[in-house]
Amino acid sequence: MEHHQAEHSVGYGTYVLVWLGLLVFTGLTVSVSGINLEALTVTVALLIAGFKTFLVMNYFMHLKFEPILFRLMVFVVIITFAIFLSLTFLDVLFR
Amino acid sequence: MASHALTHTGHGEINYLDYKGKYSGILGWIFSTDHKRIGLLYLSGVTLFFVVGIFLGLMLRLEQLTMGETVVSARTYNTLFTLHGVIMIFLIVIPAIPAVLGNFFLPIQVGAKDVAFPRLNLFSWWLYMTGAVLALVSLFTKGGFPDTGWTFYAPYNIRTTTNVPLAVFAVFILGFSSILTGLNFITTVHRLRAPGMTWFRLPLFVWALYATSWIQILATPVVGITMLLIFFERLTGVGIFDPAKGGDPILYQHLFWIYSHPAVYIMILPGMGVVTEIIPTFARRTIFGYKAIAASSLGIALAGSLVWGHHMFVSGQSYTASVVFSLLTFLVAIPTAIKVFNWVATLYKGSIHLEPPLLYALSFIFLFMIGGFTGVMLGVLSVDVHLHDTYFVVGHFHYVMFGGTMMAFIAGMHYWFPKMFGRMYNKRVATLAWALIFIGFNMLYFTMLILGFEGMPRRYYDHLPQYHSGHVVATVGSWILVLGLLIMIINLVRALKSGPKAEANPWQGTTLEWQVPSPPPHENFEEIPVVDRGPYDH
Amino acid sequence: MSSVAETAVHEEKHSDVIGAKMGMWLFLFTELLLFGGMFILYAAYRAKHQHEFFLSSAELNMPIGTLNTALLLTSSLTVALSIEALRRGSRNLSKLFLLATIVMGFGFLVNKYFEWSAKIHHGIYPNSPELLKASAGEQLFFSLYYVMTGLHGLHVLVGVLVLGWIYTLIQKNPTDPGNFIKLENGGLYWHLVDVIWIFLFPLFYLIS
Ligand SMILES: [Cu+2]
Repeated sequence: MEHHQAEHSVGYGTYVLVWLGLLVFTGLTVSVSGINLEALTVTVALLIAGFKTFLVMNYFMHLKFEPILFRLMVFVVIITFAIFLSLTFLDVLFR
Repeated sequence: MASHALTHTGHGEINYLDYKGKYSGILGWIFSTDHKRIGLLYLSGVTLFFVVGIFLGLMLRLEQLTMGETVVSARTYNTLFTLHGVIMIFLIVIPAIPAVLGNFFLPIQVGAKDVAFPRLNLFSWWLYMTGAVLALVSLFTKGGFPDTGWTFYAPYNIRTTTNVPLAVFAVFILGFSSILTGLNFITTVHRLRAPGMTWFRLPLFVWALYATSWIQILATPVVGITMLLIFFERLTGVGIFDPAKGGDPILYQHLFWIYSHPAVYIMILPGMGVVTEIIPTFARRTIFGYKAIAASSLGIALAGSLVWGHHMFVSGQSYTASVVFSLLTFLVAIPTAIKVFNWVATLYKGSIHLEPPLLYALSFIFLFMIGGFTGVMLGVLSVDVHLHDTYFVVGHFHYVMFGGTMMAFIAGMHYWFPKMFGRMYNKRVATLAWALIFIGFNMLYFTMLILGFEGMPRRYYDHLPQYHSGHVVATVGSWILVLGLLIMIINLVRALKSGPKAEANPWQGTTLEWQVPSPPPHENFEEIPVVDRGPYDH
Repeated sequence: MSSVAETAVHEEKHSDVIGAKMGMWLFLFTELLLFGGMFILYAAYRAKHQHEFFLSSAELNMPIGTLNTALLLTSSLTVALSIEALRRGSRNLSKLFLLATIVMGFGFLVNKYFEWSAKIHHGIYPNSPELLKASAGEQLFFSLYYVMTGLHGLHVLVGVLVLGWIYTLIQKNPTDPGNFIKLENGGLYWHLVDVIWIFLFPLFYLIS
């Protein structure tokens, strides 16, 4: 088995940079919400939230440096949720 | 499997039953983190609740013996079938195979000393018991146990005066227990396989449990939150499913079945796994189509999460959704059929030893196929509109859950009993019990299929004259069935005390658990075995 | 269990850091799908009552929401820094960062408390006479708001308690190698709570 303590260690600097990025995107999503984009409002908000999640998971949660299996599992979870949501919407949208 | 495992395990080691830990007596059990002891803890819980569930089922059948009120009032009848459903589903059929047989044998079959998180494993059992006690408490407190049916549909769950909050909270706790078992198994399979135990050398029971565990992890939380929402609803009137407050009861059904259809596979996949262990052993040849069976377990888990809407064809969901869900439902039949074909192909030209475990396993295949075919019938949109909420549905899911899961559980108990307890049961009595169970079962549930086809609605405490003879046949069938079950249970319990000592490998099994003594030593293997061949090489 | 066997199992468990983390991730998946169920409800109800959702969203306090987002994001940073510090063996720095995380988590809850009290003060809470008069969409919006942010708040509270417990472990047993994986898993949990908020924030506060 791999030895863990010797695994990739992320520098303090990287974390601070990621944090700054997260704050910038928060600012962005707040200011964009002021503009009336009609139906796009939620799409844009969700895209930004998705990107923030990507940052948190990859860097803060270390997913980038874990065995590929972990990312595969996260992928399975996302797909599962997508299935649950979209099949429910087959009803909600067409009722 | 690994030949040198044999030489190293055994003789000087103390078995897990005699092992003296930090605590003695009952404390040595309820605080034990040994996966084998925890398996037996679950076994005692499951057996106890099974007897209760059987009794409730008998009462339901007795009520239908005559027209009009027979033994209970209509209101009590509603509570009885709700309680029967909740107990049977959440306390027995879901945990039986993973929590009892899986806990006991998964670590041994992968060549590990325990599961990945032994203390979490014990915690799961405590949650299970807590959930059971809460359900019990809700029987005797404020309003009594719910009369909504085990599905707790909105708006019944909002309007009924019974103690819904406590009951759904109990289900939430039980779900959590089930999740933690799944979490433990996945981590165990990934991290604790013995050297040489590659993925394609894993026994197929382990594959089945692995697939099951993923469903437990991914689907159970959805019913968890659904139950919590009812709980909040009853405490604060938050109204998320309450039509009076803008809520949509059909969304409740979606969330409920997003879990509860995959839950059918939480129930049946481990059962298929057990049968897949038994068949090669008693045919004395390797399994046919190992990889196809392993893949079909994952395939069933995937396909099973796409079809929940087939429970809602008459609920008022969109027509588009109904059509798509109906179509997707047919897909599940494919991986299921793959398994059946492979079992039959394994038996073909095998040297078949018709011992009790194989009898139960064969009856599993037969009964499960009836359950499966009637399931496909119900998945057909036009047929379901006719059969929905009739005895046909009741008959169908008893064929699947009882004829499937529980028959596999009983098969597994007879298969692994000598390993678990180091004693052998009386095989002739076991065969007799099997015959009674098989006859009673079909009398009871096949009659239900016919009654349902003729239009007898489920959950009615009374029936019209044209259904009367059918109901009498079914009730008599239930007596034969219960008689068989009692003989089966008593036979095993008697063997616990006075059965003759069993050998390490009475059936000539080839998986790792047959290479350790019966009963297995405290930590299974003195030395972790090195595996150098497939699981079913005879 | 005999102490020998117990420690053997323990050692096996602790030495397998990847296994421990896998267990934690699997647990986080269940949390994701637990909230996922509610997000499905949110999506379905929003699809039906778009306009009412917009109107109701305007009634939430966006500045407090934004402040809370910044707080959680920053606390996520400090817990990551705390883990990194412990990896490098600077225990005091690690403890400091951990403490900062706990304080910010607490701050989040205090803000939430004021936010909720203000709403309740205005008569908007589940089953309130005011709310029962409102349209179906508005009722649903606030029902979801209370349940989802409430359950999220509960997770923040649990996170604070867990991190506090890990803090005392590092305090009491500074050299215990088991602290590291506990802190790492505690951190994972904390980040997940953050991720959920990352979605709750725009869906409730920013759609007006
Ligand atoms: Cu189904």
